[in-house]
Amino acid sequence: MATVVSRTVIPGFGLTLGFSVFYLSLLFLLPVAGLLIFTLQMSWADFWRAISHPQVVASYKLSFGASLAGATINAIFGSLTAWVLVRYRFPGKKVVDALVDLPFALPTAVAGIALVTLYSATGWVGQYLQVWDIRIAYSEIGVIIALTYIGLPFVVRMVQPVLADFEKELEEASASLGASRWTTVRRVILPAILPALLTGYALAFARALGEYGSVIFISGNLPYRTEITPLLIVAKAEQYDYQGAAAIGVVMLVAAFLLLLLINGLQWWTNKRNGGAI
Amino acid sequence: MTDVSVAIPAKPLVKATTEPRWVRYSLISIMLLFLSLFLLLPLSVVLYGAFEAGLRVWWQAVTEPDAVAAIKLTLFVLVIVVPLNAIFGVAIAWAVAKFEFRGKTLLVSIIDMPFAISPVVVGLIFVIFFGSHGWLGPWLQQHDIKIIFAVPGIVIVILFGTLPFVARELIPLMQQQGKDEEEASLTLGASGWKTFWYVTLPNIKWGLIYGVVLCNARAMGEFGAVAVVSGRIRGETNTMPLHIEVLYNEYMFTAAFAVSSLLTGLALVTIVIKSYVEYKDERKHKTA
Repeated sequence: MATVVSRTVIPGFGLTLGFSVFYLSLLFLLPVAGLLIFTLQMSWADFWRAISHPQVVASYKLSFGASLAGATINAIFGSLTAWVLVRYRFPGKKVVDALVDLPFALPTAVAGIALVTLYSATGWVGQYLQVWDIRIAYSEIGVIIALTYIGLPFVVRMVQPVLADFEKELEEASASLGASRWTTVRRVILPAILPALLTGYALAFARALGEYGSVIFISGNLPYRTEITPLLIVAKAEQYDYQGAAAIGVVMLVAAFLLLLLINGLQWWTNKRNGGAI
Repeated sequence: MTDVSVAIPAKPLVKATTEPRWVRYSLISIMLLFLSLFLLLPLSVVLYGAFEAGLRVWWQAVTEPDAVAAIKLTLFVLVIVVPLNAIFGVAIAWAVAKFEFRGKTLLVSIIDMPFAISPVVVGLIFVIFFGSHGWLGPWLQQHDIKIIFAVPGIVIVILFGTLPFVARELIPLMQQQGKDEEEASLTLGASGWKTFWYVTLPNIKWGLIYGVVLCNARAMGEFGAVAVVSGRIRGETNTMPLHIEVLYNEYMFTAAFAVSSLLTGLALVTIVIKSYVEYKDERKHKTA
């Protein structure tokens, strides 16, 4: 048959796409638009006052800083974990590999009470730190710990497949040309995993920025000190200050959207890199 | 006579593409220490806290009326949310994987949005949409329909929060499988539904199961969004995570951990299923 059939025989295009778009619009686009329009009804002065109140600004600093710290810890230890899981053999590896997904599956409230119990002054870990006068629960460090926990799987799961597909020949070539092992890791392997690493970093950061459940228990929520931005939104909503809450919500929504754009760009870069290598 | 035959016992060469043993062992130890601190210890503290006082106390905590109400409500939410998001996931994966159309990339990016939006903002969005000060509030009040601070609000925010999970599992899977098998089936005269049922579904079975299990776990555990819309009415609008929060804030730690242990068990089952699905997938690739 020489005729090219341009139309596919597979049915259901209208039904599935129609349903998907309808579902997304009703559940997602419409309500999000509702929030944006609700905020647009505020005057600029009110909006600005709501999002630039010193207490709110303090919360941005904490949320942003702690998320960045958590994501950085995850970038370092996450790539190390991915490396060990792909390259080395040790007993119990399968179990360790599976456990990495725990923060995805364990409810955040459960993680929250578990972390505060561990790190409070009488907890399993906290009591030993107490001796050194280090306080983790109800301090900024506690927030960083919770945000590290919540973002842990992202870097590992992004870097792991890239490392697994990495061609050993490149390392051999580098070594036979006289490079030391460290140079090979730094100059050959690291550039190859960099896009995936950055994608994981950005995902962990984005997740941490919006996190609520695992943080509020361990942070203690001291005004100006350990209040994260999502907590302020809840607090304002509970006092029926919907405009104030919506204004801060829009700031977070914009941040999330920008991060998503960045992540999409990074993912495109990752695919291009890997596609080019194979 | 020179002793040519004696080989010089050379130092065992470190292979050029691996690290010395001490480096390997240190890296493994650092990783295990990091993961114990962040994964194993929190897990242990929940299970220890739940069962420390004995099985009887645990049983009392999870069968106490408010806990039962929270469990029932959570299960009720699941029955609505999981099937709807599973149908959505299959539908959008079918559209994206089997057809070419404009705006496909945009559509796929939109599915990712609920991942990036803070759960708290999700709750807020619906409070503003349905709440008494919001868009539909006055109309809903006139018709005596309660959504915010009631069960429908909880269902809606969880529906939103767990929207992407099945879709995210199925889209790459179905894209990778292509459409040859379906085309063969259809050309041989099978109907569309029959093709979906007997060709597509067996192919995506394990991906779908994992997506559903993950959606399930996240739906049961959703906290931030529910906290905003539920109003925390004991025995009425408290889901399991909110009930845990209430117990914890009332210093009833054993009870809080007992209810937590149920959700922890579910999380562990989720992880086991994920590993199994990946194991199946790997074997399939090896035999192929």
